Amino acid sequence: MKKKIVSILLTAAMTATLLAGCGGTAADTAAPAADAGAEEAAPADDAAADTAAATDDAAAADTAAAADTAAAGDEGSVLNIQCWNEEFKSRVTDHYPGYEKVDDTTGKIGDVTVHWIITPTDDNAYQNHLDEILPTNESAAADDKVDIFLVEADYALKYVNADPAVAMSMDDLGIAAGDIADQYKYTQDIVSDSSGALRGLSWQACSAGLIYNRDIAKEVLGTEEPDKVQDFVKDWATFNKTAEDLKKAGYFVESTVNDSYRVYSNNVSSPWVDGTTVKIDPNIEKWVEDSKALVDAKETNTYDLWSDDWNKGFYPEGKVFAYFGPAWLINFCMAADTEGSVANAGRWGLCVGPQSFFWGGTWICGAVGTDNPTLVKDIMLTMTTDKAVLKEIVEKDSDCVNSPSLLAELAADTSFGSKILGGQNPYQQLADGAEKVDMSKISDYDQGCNESFQAAMKDYFEGKVDYDKAIANFQTSVKEKYPELSF
Amino acid sequence: MDGGKKKKGNSNVVKYNKWGYIFLAPFIIVYAVFQLVPFVSTIYYSFFENYRSGLKQIGPNFIGLENYHALLANADIWKYTENTFVMWILGFIPQIVVSLLLAAWFSDPSLRIKGQRFFKTVIYLPNLIMAAAFAMLFFTLFADSGPINSMLIQAGILAEPYKFMSNTGSARILVGFMNFLMWFGNTTILLLAGMMGIDTSLFEAAEVDGATATQIFWRITMPLLRPIFVFVLITSLIGGLQMFDVPQILTNGEGQPDRTTMTLIMYLNKHLFNKNYGMSGALSVVLLIVTGILSFAVYKFTTKQESY
Repeated sequence: MKKKIVSILLTAAMTATLLAGCGGTAADTAAPAADAGAEEAAPADDAAADTAAATDDAAAADTAAAADTAAAGDEGSVLNIQCWNEEFKSRVTDHYPGYEKVDDTTGKIGDVTVHWIITPTDDNAYQNHLDEILPTNESAAADDKVDIFLVEADYALKYVNADPAVAMSMDDLGIAAGDIADQYKYTQDIVSDSSGALRGLSWQACSAGLIYNRDIAKEVLGTEEPDKVQDFVKDWATFNKTAEDLKKAGYFVESTVNDSYRVYSNNVSSPWVDGTTVKIDPNIEKWVEDSKALVDAKETNTYDLWSDDWNKGFYPEGKVFAYFGPAWLINFCMAADTEGSVANAGRWGLCVGPQSFFWGGTWICGAVGTDNPTLVKDIMLTMTTDKAVLKEIVEKDSDCVNSPSLLAELAADTSFGSKILGGQNPYQQLADGAEKVDMSKISDYDQGCNESFQAAMKDYFEGKVDYDKAIANFQTSVKEKYPELSF
Repeated sequence: MDGGKKKKGNSNVVKYNKWGYIFLAPFIIVYAVFQLVPFVSTIYYSFFENYRSGLKQIGPNFIGLENYHALLANADIWKYTENTFVMWILGFIPQIVVSLLLAAWFSDPSLRIKGQRFFKTVIYLPNLIMAAAFAMLFFTLFADSGPINSMLIQAGILAEPYKFMSNTGSARILVGFMNFLMWFGNTTILLLAGMMGIDTSLFEAAEVDGATATQIFWRITMPLLRPIFVFVLITSLIGGLQMFDVPQILTNGEGQPDRTTMTLIMYLNKHLFNKNYGMSGALSVVLLIVTGILSFAVYKFTTKQESY
């Protein structure tokens, strides 16, 4: 009898592990796409009234109100939004006027039912999902049509440049250049297609800077003031010299060479791919050269970002002088709630660093084929240009928002200070940085190329292979991802 | 008369056969849908150029054996084959040695090991953990500032952290060691079942004749265990050729350092980034042929002197 129980348990456990493998792919079955068919079509007046009342941004809504009334009557009763996490959902739930939460994946805006279809990014699942559904979106059943999908900077161009188009241009949506003038240029560069048409908007400006440990700065550099620390890291030559001084005092200048990769790669003079030829930009080569020198001198390490080794520097024992990152890294990732961390003690500072760059952000795209263009337009405008909404987002979610004028107001607000940054108001640095970021040199292949390049160079930094071999490995890896490219 | 009887018998057979087919049907249907169709289409697609560039589908264009040519002309595939074998052997040798030893001890009535069931369960347990979770655990344990390195430094054995994942030898040994830990329990149980099936009178007779334990093991146990042993060897070989999850997780899918822990299936997985069904199909077919040849060779080699 006992034996039987044991064997049943073993079998059950084995079966469970077998099936556990299948679990991951089931994530997108949560898509409640099919069930809403029975809903009645929204009476035109109600919908328009709701939208108009809901939008308190006078400039955007009033001009369009008349047109909305006519258009909204023919529009779909289901708004499907494709995304990879809860972020945008919580922003809309909290800040979009008139949004009512029904349950975890459903909401209502007036008479329109909103479906949130969340597919995690792991293993490229989110992009694979989009690749399946977007090209056939126009012919999908009305209630299954994707209306809005979100993208990240690393792969935005893949969808923006798609032929035939999958993301609606601002012209098609009826958004005028004047409506979105108060946004950072780099956030629009990232979602502009090869002919210059803008096909997405973001409410975030994730400009980033050098986040330094104030105690170490005071000890080694003799100052902890952001403006003065900036002098020690104002360009790469000075940065590397400072690294030597830090090393003498027993500190690493940055946790890993991968910290600074984005800073170099955001400041390239040409895209990764020209036509179908992969080119390694001089600034990327400079990253290799500088990083190799830093690693050889034991002034930094070769950890992967987000690894347990990487985040040791969030605590004083990690002996890391600086991280490169945006506001969200400071606010959410640096263990501010953990007793004993540098962030908890409020001992980080933020300065611009050697070059300006950005990290992260979410862009909203209207899907070609949507049957709710008016609502899509309104959501995009409200969430990315309505200053009252953006201000709420700053206050509630600590996002650094995509509005130069609002950031200027925040920077001028002397009463504001970040606890983690020891009372510093970071908005001046962030606003300056966002102004300088230039993302016109991106290509469709950036995500794959950047990942392959960093992985291949790790072997070189650690002395396992020479530079030529590392480049060869990079080329092999890129060829696997993009067979159509050559070198 | 005879004819009539025969006819009746035949129809009975057909009647019973019907039930045989009905009971077989679920398996055959599932097999056809989930195995046979994908199998045939894999071979079919291996002759096409068929991948995605961004959202654009390239192909399918028939290109004959071009994929096979591109695959085999490239020296990389041989390197990945070598990696796979090295890591398999690093895991399999300790696995088979330990399993044989444990199985021999467990099945030896003169040892009377207590708590056998407990130990059998315990050694099987690592197999119940998902390979990915297990690899993640090792990744954390052997990280540059992980517990293993801290212990070694505190004990004064190392002056500075040893980068386990950045050295070919240590990374491969870790993969082998993990596979060993995960599979030796399973192998032990299989071998044990084989050993229990051997007639105990043979052992007694050998003992009466004055054979030592070593002699009994090599002259009686091993030859009679051969069918099970060959089964273990071949299944492990096939499993080894398909090694994926452990090195994939341990090296972030990059097979670092310098692609020396990249296995064949990891290479195949790389082609799925852009849904390159042509190349990955060709690689699968090559893998199928290699597996077939090796299994056949192992089978022939280990069963050729069957004369008992």
